[in-house]
Amino acid sequence: MRNNSSRRAAAPAPKRTTIRTAAVAVTALACLTAAACSSSSSSSAASSSSSKSSSSSNPLTPSATGSVVVGSANFPEDELIAQIYVDALQGKGIKVTSKFNIGAREVYYPEIEKGAITIIPDYNGALLTTSVDPTSTASSTAAVNAALTAKLPSALEILNSAPAQDKDSLTVTQATATKYHLTSISDLASVAKDFVIGGPSEFQTRADGVPGLKKIYGLTFKSFQPLDESGPITITALQGGKVQAADVFTTTPQIITDHFVSLADPKNDFAAQNVTPLVYKKGVNSTIVSTLNAISAVLTTNALLQMDKALIIDHASYTQVASGFLSQEGLK
Amino acid sequence: MSWAWDNRALLAHYLGQHLYLALLPVLFGVIVAVPVGVMCVRYRWTWPLVLSLTSIFYAMPSLALYLVLIDYTGLTDWTVIIPLTLFSLSVLIPNVVDGLRSVPPPVRQAADAMGFGSLRRVIQVELPLAVPVIIAGLRVATVSSISLVSVGQLIGIGGLGYFFIDGEQRDFPTEIYTAFILIIVLALLADSILVLLRRWLTPWEVRRTVRPGSRLLTATWRGSSAGGAP
Amino acid sequence: MSYFQIAWQWLTATQQWHGGDGIPVRLVQHLEYTGIALGIALIIALPAGLAMGHLRRGGFVVVTVANFGRALPTLGLLVLIFVLTSGSSASWLVPLVALAIPPILVNTYEGVLGVDPNLTDAARGMGMTEWQVLRKVEIPVATPLILLGLRISAIQVVATATIAAYIGLGGLGRYIIDGLARDEYNVVAGGAAVIVLLALAIQALFTLLRWLIVPVGLRRQTQTS
Repeated sequence: MRNNSSRRAAAPAPKRTTIRTAAVAVTALACLTAAACSSSSSSSAASSSSSKSSSSSNPLTPSATGSVVVGSANFPEDELIAQIYVDALQGKGIKVTSKFNIGAREVYYPEIEKGAITIIPDYNGALLTTSVDPTSTASSTAAVNAALTAKLPSALEILNSAPAQDKDSLTVTQATATKYHLTSISDLASVAKDFVIGGPSEFQTRADGVPGLKKIYGLTFKSFQPLDESGPITITALQGGKVQAADVFTTTPQIITDHFVSLADPKNDFAAQNVTPLVYKKGVNSTIVSTLNAISAVLTTNALLQMDKALIIDHASYTQVASGFLSQEGLK
Repeated sequence: MSWAWDNRALLAHYLGQHLYLALLPVLFGVIVAVPVGVMCVRYRWTWPLVLSLTSIFYAMPSLALYLVLIDYTGLTDWTVIIPLTLFSLSVLIPNVVDGLRSVPPPVRQAADAMGFGSLRRVIQVELPLAVPVIIAGLRVATVSSISLVSVGQLIGIGGLGYFFIDGEQRDFPTEIYTAFILIIVLALLADSILVLLRRWLTPWEVRRTVRPGSRLLTATWRGSSAGGAP
Repeated sequence: MSYFQIAWQWLTATQQWHGGDGIPVRLVQHLEYTGIALGIALIIALPAGLAMGHLRRGGFVVVTVANFGRALPTLGLLVLIFVLTSGSSASWLVPLVALAIPPILVNTYEGVLGVDPNLTDAARGMGMTEWQVLRKVEIPVATPLILLGLRISAIQVVATATIAAYIGLGGLGRYIIDGLARDEYNVVAGGAAVIVLLALAIQALFTLLRWLIVPVGLRRQTQTS
């Protein structure tokens, strides 16, 4: 007779603790995955429509299914405005996919040209000189928009510009401004050679960046330090003296909180930079156009600055700030 | 903390993307690595070539590979998935080969003696015995994959890596360490599940505890200690 | 144009080889960061690994360190320390060292642990002190694995230093970060190529080292990759 009990002894069942650990681990991972998958149906308390981003959509296929892809560049303000667009469009019942944080304009521009993105919040001046016509010297809002309308590829168009502008500015600390009596960029003429200038990488080669400052104001700086898009690296570099002057965007909240001085630009090296929706014509209909134009009509520089402050200093979430803005303006 | 709770929808969304970007490559890796590994054992002359290729991919900084791929796949999920698959392969293939080779010759001979054809022997005898070593490789590949996905955020496709960049831009450490902890927890969870999978698949191994220094750990670490270049 | 053509064109342009943003300068910077981080990691991890392996203790610590080392998101660690230290200029060093430690620690530990007990037994039988056993028997036999750990660590540090350009570090990563920001894909492509070549060069260097340092018999025995 075979001895069953000895066989059982030779292959004991896993201990209780192992089963318990198993249950916990599997349940935990299952919960996380379920939460991830159900993100489209959950809604956070602060906003009624959480962003339905599905980055697994293939952006190389133009949106022919009636859904719209809203893209954004890789910095908070642009993502915020894109979120506002997404919220407003969803509020009108339009199916929207978001593809945020694509990269700098030079990276997302080819994407919108082929229709992989439908809408992206852009800045008219920078759009013109970076991707459309680098030789343009237009600097007022009207001139920039006229040049854009004339020269954008036929597949693209710009909608109405908002009054809000997020311009580049050459900014120094309060101490530097006082020490060298600086109120405008022209005042830098005597000290530029001792100043390290900082800004986003592209500032070094962009027409209105280092080359523009040289051409229009005759300034040659000691050296260029690549920083970031007017973010913490730039702020820290300016505060810490790593750079003496930096390209800081005018809606950067730290200009106020850290008492920086943005130098005046009398010769208009920095062109107008109104927030302007750039759209792929075939992907938008009249509802979309009117929704976006309505947003642009009420988006002022001050509103943008306040929203940036909420985002960057107070660390509110994008959906909260976007939703708050739309409710406040009655656009929800 | 309350930020995480308030933003759970956003976190969940990027978590989902993260899992998709991390686990799909490992799945592809396994599907390809097993047959390739079997081939390398069967046709010994292919092994040195395959080994050199996998060594090269193992050493590649993943960011560099993502960038090379942009030229071919644009800015899609595949730009991240393909390099991560290659990386998983570079971990898994040597493990499959190692596992198959670690089957004791007497076992192989016994199978042959019992009339197993050579392919059937591989599938029904050798692979099951190689499972502990293969799963050891799977653990390395999975944990590394989960960690490497976040680097993709530098080209905008990085799952939870989104919070690293956004947190840096807004000077918001809470976002950063929430995502950080989440990634580590995910990785360790996945690791535990694989350990349980191994125990389930190889009940005969249950009694044997894995002492550091045993063949298992060596197989885990051979050429793959910190899971490859980020 | 294919990636390779783009990268080749950029690499062979003369301007890449001169000036503050040229390949030689960036390469040297990169190697500096790598060297410093590796050096510190070695000082911490090598003795620890040797001690734990020799005394056959702390296996659990090693496994945990290994798991965490693999699970740590590199970009996350860099950014976290950067933000927490409000952008201090040394914020790249801690993550680099932290990520360089696990491979060295784990492989050294394993290497020493894996030495045939008969060898160490015989050595002790011959009257060697514990120190001598470590120095004359365990370390030589463990050399292949120690070298392996160093190699993996070096590649890890090179790769992480590349990403550290995001928080403002110099080195080869600047081509990637600046190129992405300016959409100069040729710079990105070329930079990626240089980094890949550097990684391959490190592989080759360590293969050479292995051939030089490790005795033939051991080399054959522990043939890994």
